[in-house]
Amino acid sequence: MHKVNGLNALLKTCSLALILFGACTAQAGVLENVKAHGSLRCGVASDKPGFSIIDNQGRWTGMDADLCRGIAAAVLGDANKVEFIATTGKNRFTALASGEIDVLSRSTSWTADRVASLGVDFTAIWFYDGQGFMTHAEDKIAKLTDLAGATFCLSPGTTSEQNLADYFGKRGLTFRTVVIEKSPELFAAFQKGRCNAITNDMSGLAARRALFNKPDDYPLLPEVISKEPLGAYVAQGDAVWRNIVTWTAYALITAEELGVDSDNVDKLHADKTASADVARLLGTDGNVGKAFSLDSDWAYRAIKQVGNYAQIYDRNLGPQTGLNFPREMNRLWKDGGLLYAPPIR
Amino acid sequence: MNELTHIAPARLPPQATFAVRTSRWVRQSMFPSVGHSLLTLVVLALLAWCIPKALNWLVLDATFVGSTRDACNPHAACWLPVIERWNLFVYGFYPEAQRWRVNLAFLLAVGAFVLLFFKRLDRRALLAYLVMLPLLMWWLLKGGAGLPGVSSTQFAGMTVTVMLGTIGMIFALPLGILLALGRRSKKPVIRLLCVLYIELVRSVPVISLLFMASLMIQLFLPPGVAFDILLRVQVVLILFTAAYMAETVRGGLQSLPKGQYEAAQALGFGYWKTMGHIILPQVLRQTIPPLLTQFIGLFKETTLVMVVGVLDIVGIASSTAASAEWAGHDHEIYIFLALYFFIICFALSRYARHLENHLEHDRS
Repeated sequence: MHKVNGLNALLKTCSLALILFGACTAQAGVLENVKAHGSLRCGVASDKPGFSIIDNQGRWTGMDADLCRGIAAAVLGDANKVEFIATTGKNRFTALASGEIDVLSRSTSWTADRVASLGVDFTAIWFYDGQGFMTHAEDKIAKLTDLAGATFCLSPGTTSEQNLADYFGKRGLTFRTVVIEKSPELFAAFQKGRCNAITNDMSGLAARRALFNKPDDYPLLPEVISKEPLGAYVAQGDAVWRNIVTWTAYALITAEELGVDSDNVDKLHADKTASADVARLLGTDGNVGKAFSLDSDWAYRAIKQVGNYAQIYDRNLGPQTGLNFPREMNRLWKDGGLLYAPPIR
Repeated sequence: MNELTHIAPARLPPQATFAVRTSRWVRQSMFPSVGHSLLTLVVLALLAWCIPKALNWLVLDATFVGSTRDACNPHAACWLPVIERWNLFVYGFYPEAQRWRVNLAFLLAVGAFVLLFFKRLDRRALLAYLVMLPLLMWWLLKGGAGLPGVSSTQFAGMTVTVMLGTIGMIFALPLGILLALGRRSKKPVIRLLCVLYIELVRSVPVISLLFMASLMIQLFLPPGVAFDILLRVQVVLILFTAAYMAETVRGGLQSLPKGQYEAAQALGFGYWKTMGHIILPQVLRQTIPPLLTQFIGLFKETTLVMVVGVLDIVGIASSTAASAEWAGHDHEIYIFLALYFFIICFALSRYARHLENHLEHDRS
C-alpha cells in the first residue's frame, strides 16, 4: 500500500509540474484555439460500445462521441467538426493537460482527487454509473462477499481497482486480480474463465454482456459498490471553456425536459409563443449564449444537429442498438431518475 | 563431399523419374527407421485430423457474404467484420474522395521493393527514388502544396502502419550509418555525442519515447506551435531504430580488417571517399541480414503507436472486436491481423534472403 502511495505522489508531482508548464505556455483560451483550429479535438475511448466506438462506416458513435458533436455544433456551428482522438485509461489526463485534446469525453468518473490534483476540471454529469460485477453462472455467486479469495478481471488506472480493494479490505477479505488494459481482451479473459468475476462500470458490463452469445451464463450481481458520475473533463484554468462544455451538456438535458427535440426545434425556434424556458434555451429570449462567448443559437444548433438527451440515449444505448441499457438512474429527475440540469436563464 | 559426387551418379541415374525420386525421398526422410516411421505416422494422423477441421472453420463453412452478425455461421469463422470494414482497416478515416492518394502511396512503397529486385537498374536513379519516396509519401498522405490537407486524426489502419514503417525504414538507415561512423570518429566531441545518443536511446523502452513525443513535447512548445502527432511518432520511430542500426553497422565496421583502411589511405582517399567507396559497401553487405531484421522489428513496433492514441490497424481491430456490430468475433479479427503482419514480414525476410544470396553470388 505504502509503495503505491509513493508512486501516486510521484505521479501527482509530475503531472502538477506538467500542468504548471502547460499553464505557462498555453495562454490563449481553448475557445479561441478551437475556433482558430476550426475543429474540436475530443478525446474518447476507442472500444466502449454505446459510449464511443467506431461503426462500420468509420464514424465515431456513442454517448460520449455525441456530447462532443453537441459541443462542436454549439461552438463551431457544425456537429461534424470534431476530430476524435483515441485515448487510453492511462494517457487521458495527460493528453488533456498537455493540450493534445480540448475536451476529454471518455466515461470518466468525477472524483475529488482528480479535480484536486490532476489539473483538470469536471464539467457536467452526462451519465450516472456505478461499479458492478459479472460472474459465471456455474459458480452460483449470490452476493459479492461470496467472492472472497476469488480472482477479479479489471482494467488498470481506473477507480474500480481502488473501490474493490476498499470494499474487500474493510471486510477483511482477500482477492486476486488479473489486470488487462484493453477491454475486448479483458472480457475475453473473463469468458475463458481466467477470473471468477469481472468488475467495471455497470454500463460497460451490461453493454458487453448484451453482446455475449449466452448472456444468461454470466449473471450480474445486484450490488453496486460505488458512485460513478461520468462526464466530460476540461483542462483547469479556463472558466469560459469549462462553462461552454458544462452548459452544452445541460442544454441537451434541458431540451429533453422541455420536450424540445431535433424534429420540433425549428418550429419552436421560430415560434414567438413558446414558453419562456424554451425561448431562453433556444436563444430567442435573453442572451445566455452571449454570456458564454457564443451566439444566441448555440443550444438550438446542438439540439438540432445532435438531438436532445433522450434522442442521444436511444440512438446509442436504446433497444435497437442491441445494448438495450435501461435508463434507470439516467432518467430525468421528474421521471424518478437523477438527471437534473440547472436552469438556463 | 567428394565421396557423394562419386557415388551419386551410380545410385541416381539421370533418367530417374519424378515418381522414383519422390518415393525415394519419402522412404529416406520419412521412414528411415521404425521410430521415425511411427513419428511420421503420428504427425500425419494429427495433420489429417486438424487440417480438415481448420479448413472447415477458416474457409469451407466460414461466412463471407452478409452484412450483419446474424448472417454468421455460429460454428465457423465469420469474416464479415473484416470484409464489411475493409475500407476502415485499410484507409482508416481517410476522406473517401482522397483515397487514391493512399493507393498511390502504397504503390510507390511497393514500387521501391520491386525496383530493388532489378540488378541492372541505374544505382543513382534507384537512390534518388528511395530518397524521394518518404517525402512523396508524406506529401501525398498529409497533403499541402496543391493537395488538400488531411488531419492526422483521420489516419488509421494500414495507412498508418505502412506509412510509419516505410518512411521509418528509409530514414533510419542513413541516420544509423552516420551515428555508427560518428561513434567510431576520432573527434572526441562527435564520438561522445554519438555514444551518448545511442546509449540513451537504447536504454529506454520505445513506449516511453512515444509517450514523451505524444505528451511532453507539446508542453515545451510556445502556444500555437504544434507538431503533428504523426510526425512526432514518426520521428521517434526513426530515432529509435537508427540507434539500434548504428550498433549493427558499428559491428560491421569493426569486423573489417584494418588493411582496408590502410589501403585506402595509401591510395590517397580522404575520409568520405574511403567510407563511401571502400568501407561501407563491404560493411553494408555484411550487415544486410541484421539490418533487415531490424526493419521487420520496426514494422511491428509501429503497432505501439496505439498507446499514444494513434489508431493503427491493431487499434481498428480492437475497436471492431469491441463493437456492438461484431462483438464475439475477435478470433477472426486477430487471425486477419496475424495474416497481415505475416505477409509483410515474411516478404521482407524473403527479400533479405534474396539479397544475401545475391551478394554471396557477387562475391564469388
